Amino acid sequence: MRTIIFILQKEFLQIFRNRMMLPIIFVMPVIQLLILAHAATYEMKTIRTHIVDLDQSPSSRELVSKFKGSSFYRMVGYSFNYELAEKDIEKGTADLVIQIPQDFEKDLINEKEASISLVINAINGSAASLINAYTLAIVRDYNLNLVTELISRKVKQPIGIEYSYWFNPELNYKTYMVPGILVLLVTIIAFFLSGMNVVREKEIGTIEQINVTPIKKYQFIAGKLIPFWIIAMFELAFGLMVAKLFFDIPIVGSIGLVFGVAAIYLVAVLALGLIISTLSDTMQQSMFLTWFFLVIFILMSGLFTAVDSMPDWARAINIINPIAYFIEIIRMILLKGAGLKNIVHQLTALIIYAFVALSVAVWRYKKVA
Amino acid sequence: MNPISVHHLSKSYGNTKALNSVTFEVNEGEIFGLIGPDGAGKTTLFRLLVTLLLPDCGSAQVLGFDCVKDYKKIRKSVGYMPGRFSLYPDLSVEENLSFFATIFNTTISENYSLIEDIYKQIEPFKARPAGKLSGGMKQKLALCCALIHKPDVLFLDEPTTGVDAVSRKEFWEMLRRIKAQGITIFVSTPYMDEASLCDRVGLMQGGNILSIDTPENIIRKFPHRLLAVRSAETFRLIGDLRECDKINTVYPFGDFLHITPKSPDCDIPEIKDYLEKKAHQHIKISEISANIEDCFMDLMVGQNEEKH
Repeated sequence: MRTIIFILQKEFLQIFRNRMMLPIIFVMPVIQLLILAHAATYEMKTIRTHIVDLDQSPSSRELVSKFKGSSFYRMVGYSFNYELAEKDIEKGTADLVIQIPQDFEKDLINEKEASISLVINAINGSAASLINAYTLAIVRDYNLNLVTELISRKVKQPIGIEYSYWFNPELNYKTYMVPGILVLLVTIIAFFLSGMNVVREKEIGTIEQINVTPIKKYQFIAGKLIPFWIIAMFELAFGLMVAKLFFDIPIVGSIGLVFGVAAIYLVAVLALGLIISTLSDTMQQSMFLTWFFLVIFILMSGLFTAVDSMPDWARAINIINPIAYFIEIIRMILLKGAGLKNIVHQLTALIIYAFVALSVAVWRYKKVA
Repeated sequence: MNPISVHHLSKSYGNTKALNSVTFEVNEGEIFGLIGPDGAGKTTLFRLLVTLLLPDCGSAQVLGFDCVKDYKKIRKSVGYMPGRFSLYPDLSVEENLSFFATIFNTTISENYSLIEDIYKQIEPFKARPAGKLSGGMKQKLALCCALIHKPDVLFLDEPTTGVDAVSRKEFWEMLRRIKAQGITIFVSTPYMDEASLCDRVGLMQGGNILSIDTPENIIRKFPHRLLAVRSAETFRLIGDLRECDKINTVYPFGDFLHITPKSPDCDIPEIKDYLEKKAHQHIKISEISANIEDCFMDLMVGQNEEKH
C-alpha cells in the first residue's frame, strides 16, 4: 500500500509538472461545452432558399409568403430561371430550391392537383432530411388551407396534432447534448491520458528501470489508473457545474448516482486505455489506436445520432461501446430522473465491462519480455 | 556461492542468435567487465540477468536465485543501470532519487553513505529536472539511483558510452569505491581501454564469450610477437604490410600499426628492408607487448577462422 502511495505521489508530481495539464483540465471542458453545446445542434435555423416562381399567381404567391413568413427560411434568391437557382445550390449558397411551375394555379383549379418541385442540397444528409421535413410541413399546411378554400365547403377540422415532448419540453438541444458532451470529456481524459502515460514510460525507457524493482504489477497499474480516475471524476464535477451555471441543464436525478456510475465507467475506459498502451511501443502508435477506437465509439454512441435508428448490426457493435452505455445512463438520470433500478441493465453491463477490461489489461501488462 | 553464475545461456531473436550457450561465473566483490563490440550480445546478457528477458535455454543464477523462477527475489537485491538513460526527465534529481529509494522501501538518508561521494557532485543541481543534466551528470544520477537500495550486485550496461574521457575516468574511480563497499559489479563496455580497470574481463563477440581472465593474464596469454610500425604514409603502409608474406595481421592503433609476424624469428631489419624497398620514409619499428585490444583482435580472428 505504501508503495502505491509513493507511485501516486510521483505520478501526480509528473502530471502537474506538465504545463499543458492544468489548461487541459480546466479550460478544455469549458470550451468544449461552450462550442459543442451551441454549435452541435440539429435545429435548422436558416435554410437558405432560392425560389423560382414561374406562375406568379395569387396562389403561388401565397405559398411563397408562407415560406417567407417562417423564421426558418431565409430567401437568398428569387428568379424565373431554374438554371440560375441550380447554380446557387452548386455553389453552396443555397440549401433549397423551390420551383413552382407555370400553370400551378390553373392546374390547381382545373385538375384539382398541382405539383411543385424541391431541390435540396443533400451534402449533409441529416440537414437535408430536416429541410425536407420542415418544407413538407409548410406545404401540408398550405394544402389544408386550399382544401377548405377551394372546395369552399365546410369540412371538419382535420386531425390536429398536439405535440408534447417529454423530459425536454422545449426540445432544447442543449439539454440533450450537454450530458453527452460531459461523457466525452471524461472519456477523453481517461482514455487518452492513461494509455499515453504508460507508453511514455516505454518510450523514454523508464519502464526498464521500473521493471527491475520490487514494484508489483498491481501496484504499477493502480499507480497509473488512480491519478486519471481522480482527475476525470473531478473533471465530471467541474463540467456538471459549468453545465448547470452556463446552460441551466435540468438535473432531475441524483447527482450521487451519476458519480457512482462514472466511477465504474472510468475503470472500464481507463482499462481500455491501458490495454492499448500494452499493445503499442510508441506514443504515436498508442495515439492512433486510441483515436481509432474513440472515433468509432463516439460516432456510434448516440451522442449525435440516435442509436435507435442504427441498423441491427451497428447496435450489436454498441454492446462493446462503453460510451453508449454511459451517455444513455447520464441522459436518463439527468433529464428523466432515473433511479438505480431504471438503469440497472446498463449499469450491470458497465460493471462487467470494467471487470473484463481491467482483467485483460492486468494480464496483458508484463514485466518480462 | 558466486553472485552470478551462468550455464549455457542462449537467447535468439527470430533467426538472430544473440547469445550462444554462454557459461561463466562472477566472483564475489569483483568488478567483472564484459567487453565487446556493438551487437556482441552484451545487453541481451544483461537483460536476461536482471530478469527483463526470458532465456531460450540454459540457466542463470544471480545471488543464488534463478533468473526465471526467483525473479522477484533478484529484483529486490540488484541494482540495474540500463544503457539508455532511464530516469524521469521531468522529475528533479532529488525527486528521482527519492522515488527509487521509496519503491525499494528505503530512504535516501538510510544509504546516503553509499552514494555520498557521487551524490555530492550532483547535489548543486538537485532541483534541476533530470532531463536537463549533462551526459556525465545523468550517469552519476543513474548510478545513485541504482545504488540507493544498497544492492548486492550492480549491473551497469555500458555506463560510459557517450561520456567524455574525463567523466569516464571519474566514473571508474567511483566504481572502485563502490567495490570497496563489498558490492559485486557487472559492467559492460565497448571501450577496450577500460578492460584493464576491471578485476576480470570477458571478451564477447557474436553471442559468445571468447575468453575470461584477469586483464593481465589475457595479455600474458597473447601467443604472438607484436611489433609497432609507423611511417610517413600510414594508409599506404597498411596496404604494403598486408601484402607482405612475412606478416600475419596488421591493425592500426593511433599513429602506429600493430603487426604480428608469421614466424617468431622474423626480425625487425627484415621488415624495414621490405618497407624501404617500397619507398616508405621515417620508418620506425619497435618490439612492444600486447594490450587488451591486441588480444581481442587476435581472439576475434581465431573465432572467425574456426567458423569458416
